Amino acid sequence: MAANWIEIRDLSFKRGSRAILDSLDIDIPQGRITAILGPSGCGKTTLLRLIGSQLRPTSGSIHIDGVDITRLNRRELFVSRERVGMLFQSGALFTDLSVYENVAFPLRLHTQLPEGMIHDLVLMKLHAVGLRGARDLMPAELSGGMARRAALARAIILDPELIMYDEPFVGQDPIFAGVLRDLIRRINQAMGCTCIIVSHDIAETVAISDYMYVLANGRIIGQGTPDAVMKSDDARVQQFLRGLPDGPVPFHYPAPDYRRDMLLEGE
Amino acid sequence: MLGFLQRLGRSGLDTAAAFGRAGILLWQALWGPMDWRDGPALLFRQLYFVGVFSLIIIVVSGVLIGMVLALQGYTVLVRFGAESALGEMVSLTLLRELGPVVAALLFAGRAGSALTAEIGLMKATEQLAAMDMIGVDPLRRVARPRLWAGIISMPILAQVFNMVAILGAVAVGVSWLDVDAGSFWSNMQGTVDFREDVLNGVIKAFAFGIVVTWIAVFEGFDAEPTPEGISTATTRTVVYSSLAVLAMDFLLTALMFGVD
Repeated sequence: MAANWIEIRDLSFKRGSRAILDSLDIDIPQGRITAILGPSGCGKTTLLRLIGSQLRPTSGSIHIDGVDITRLNRRELFVSRERVGMLFQSGALFTDLSVYENVAFPLRLHTQLPEGMIHDLVLMKLHAVGLRGARDLMPAELSGGMARRAALARAIILDPELIMYDEPFVGQDPIFAGVLRDLIRRINQAMGCTCIIVSHDIAETVAISDYMYVLANGRIIGQGTPDAVMKSDDARVQQFLRGLPDGPVPFHYPAPDYRRDMLLEGE
Repeated sequence: MLGFLQRLGRSGLDTAAAFGRAGILLWQALWGPMDWRDGPALLFRQLYFVGVFSLIIIVVSGVLIGMVLALQGYTVLVRFGAESALGEMVSLTLLRELGPVVAALLFAGRAGSALTAEIGLMKATEQLAAMDMIGVDPLRRVARPRLWAGIISMPILAQVFNMVAILGAVAVGVSWLDVDAGSFWSNMQGTVDFREDVLNGVIKAFAFGIVVTWIAVFEGFDAEPTPEGISTATTRTVVYSSLAVLAMDFLLTALMFGVD
């Protein structure tokens, strides 16, 4: 296995008194695609935001390339983020800029490249995601899948060392989901970057990831290669992977006894 | 009783925390080196959206308020044969009070609510988070040009309001009700003091511009990223800014024109 590029130790995050993440230990190897799977509300996106330093953990450490990012100040964080790309669930394209300008945005900010070179780089990335012909469109004119691909071109424009994908397959039809899956794999292989995919889409994620963590209620309940996780005998992992409505993760929100509730209501 | 005290305490702590967050936002947005590459373009763009787009409502309201002011003033003054003082009455009312206050209230309703909704939507659609991840501080990129645009626009809009309101008063007082044009203008010229009336009005408008824009930008950044959250934040902007403008007007009036 490759060396770990990200090491998360004893990471906890609370909102008020509610623990969202509880004592997580996660290793993300360099140059590989690591998936974090789990049901909705289990803390996956929160974990991604902690790795991106958009949130501060309640306790624990997150080392990226040897640097504990939980100790960086605001200015150092902005500098460190130049090495990170992130594909947001909604795409998060800037609505007042065209597709071309959205993709060129990080280049204009972080480099002093001449306009001609910016033009070539933007078109190369747009070509890679199949949207070279859509460069002049505004985000409002794009379909959901096109917006996600344009956002992906923006996320990779600076050739980041780490790319984080937040629910990349949500709301995508099978064609776009397949396109996106291939793009993620191709980008990983071509750029050699470390990728983290947060998703609850099992089939698409299993198909491209090298290593998986399964999260539930803020804790890791399973981890390993996709094959190992699929064969896990943990009931909670199997319930999630097979989509069973009831099991260790209960179907019902905690409530008083049904019969007693009904009788009391009827009195 | 205990529950009431708990809620009161919680509400007090929440309010203090909100003031703290608003103060930090203002500090982080305005402090630090100027971005000479993109800063001017971003500022001019916001001056256009915040200032120019507010012009229509300011001009139309100004004309109408000037007309009403002249009509009401005339009906009172004419009873004492003092209708020649109409210009003086209208100009002093506008320059000292109505101009800055009404322009600020209109500005809060037009530009303040738009700023909050825009920033709130940027938050809900993760555009602010995306900026953060790209390595751009949203407070510098989004909050700073909007704050400066509001602070610069507000005094100018208040003066435009005063100007067109006086023209509205002329239309009603001089053209319609036959007040002598010479006495209208000369009375105005003779009584309006530049420092006492015009400059104090500009200072008021400047202070209102800071407060209204600050509240609008803060509410946008602090909004819950949901449709209800954005709608609540937009409403809060209009309500809080209006109350803040009226309260500040009393304080500033007491300081500027208070009885010795």
